[in-house]
Amino acid sequence: MNTELVKKIVLPFLVFLFIIQIWSGIANVVEDFPTPTDTYVAAFGGVNADGDEMVGVLSDPFYVNNQDDKGIFWQIVASLERVFAGFVLAILVGVPVGLFVGMSKTAQYALNPFIQIFKPVSPLAWLPLLLFIFQDINLTAISTIFITSIWPIIINTALGVKSVSEDYMNVAKVLRFSPLEKIIQIILPVSVPYIFTGMRLSLGIAWLVIVAAEMLTGGIGIGFWIWDEYNNLNYHNIIIGIIVVGLIGFFLDIIMGKIADYFDYTKKGRA
Amino acid sequence: MSEKFLSLQNIEKRFPIPGKEDYIAVTDVNLEIKKNEIISIIGHSGCGKSTLLNMISGLDAQTEGAILLENKHVQGPGPERAVVFQNHSLLPWLSVYQNIEMAVKKVMPELSAFELRERVEKFVSMVNLDHAKDKLPGEISGGMKQRVGIARALSIQPKVLLMDEPFGALDSLTRANLQEHLMRIQQNVKNTVIVITHDIDEAVLLSDRVIMMTNGPEATIGEILEVNLERPRNRVELQHDPEYIRCREAILSFLYEKFAKDDE
Repeated sequence: MNTELVKKIVLPFLVFLFIIQIWSGIANVVEDFPTPTDTYVAAFGGVNADGDEMVGVLSDPFYVNNQDDKGIFWQIVASLERVFAGFVLAILVGVPVGLFVGMSKTAQYALNPFIQIFKPVSPLAWLPLLLFIFQDINLTAISTIFITSIWPIIINTALGVKSVSEDYMNVAKVLRFSPLEKIIQIILPVSVPYIFTGMRLSLGIAWLVIVAAEMLTGGIGIGFWIWDEYNNLNYHNIIIGIIVVGLIGFFLDIIMGKIADYFDYTKKGRA
Repeated sequence: MSEKFLSLQNIEKRFPIPGKEDYIAVTDVNLEIKKNEIISIIGHSGCGKSTLLNMISGLDAQTEGAILLENKHVQGPGPERAVVFQNHSLLPWLSVYQNIEMAVKKVMPELSAFELRERVEKFVSMVNLDHAKDKLPGEISGGMKQRVGIARALSIQPKVLLMDEPFGALDSLTRANLQEHLMRIQQNVKNTVIVITHDIDEAVLLSDRVIMMTNGPEATIGEILEVNLERPRNRVELQHDPEYIRCREAILSFLYEKFAKDDE
């Protein structure tokens, strides 16, 4: 085993011990704050501080008691479904719009001010309006994610189109490519890495936003679950929720990165 | 076939400058190019030789005058006037084979899958790149890339092959190698070729005629030199050939005595 690998395992472990120390310190000072042991028991089951036998949140994630009481697995699935629905819609709309903005100066002049104004608005500001329109938790959450995800996708797609070199377009002109052929044969291949960068950014933000959105909409979802556990005074579950959300976000990013690399011609054979 | 194959008539190119008079890059260019002739256009930088080529390719429009190919007006770019770009312009996400295939597929949609493959492979072989046909442009050398560029341009059976300083970005050994390639190809497949260059040896070695451009602005054709050398030409033997020496000297004197440019 090489030293690099040892460092990669040992160093995070030392930081982990340090975090546990800080956490225990906070638990000592703040009344009712769950200790690491409490949280571990709440997550994986065992005997808690009061001497009661507990079933862990993560050891029974699949239970369904009734419509409003489901295991954490189902909460996560609900959140992921919303994120993907909103995200896919954002790709379907955002990529064509981005291509349009990138290819046409007119479209750029017409749309750019609005993109720049709406981009910095927190998607949560849209949420009450969307709730008013749809009167439905699921549609509201999905459309919030749609609005969250669409801006980076549009902007990065347009950037990708702009990065198409004049030389490639000259080749297309000499070969008399139609506009559609230009898009498919030249513009898309050049833009794909940019589009995926936009998608990766979008997915990251979408995962951030869904937690907050679900706290507001209620019903089901990991965000709602965390808030619900707060109301139930199950503070240890909040910490479990934070860790679970973090791990899932981390995996989403890795998966998205792998997909992006797969489609990125510059990663395939640059001398 | 009539002598008039490609004809440039009173070509002028002006670039508008806001608030000032137009910049006249090229003016009064008249030139007749015969079928299967190789001509090179030589001149100092800024003499509008690339502008001239871009007008023939149709990537740029002339302000005045007419360009006729087989008595038809040239309007806009098209595959019958294939261009080999200085920076090769290969699509980096396509392999050597696919880069050529893309062009052939577009220009000759009537080919069957078999004929298409045969044609692409023929042109891959023509530039000796069979071993690299599945490589991406990023994985091969600059000289090889330019060979693919030439193969791609020739594969669509152009009436005229336009080369914009095709070997300008390459080191001199690779350049010599590519010139040999080009001459060998020309022996087998006759083409009408226009080469933009700033290399005197290259111009003499490759061409039937060398077009010498005066300095810009308002650049025009200064002199036209006939190169009366037998083909195939051998660069080593030519070094002592009186005709070769005469041609070299004629270009040298044009570029450095009659139209010297000291601020280069």
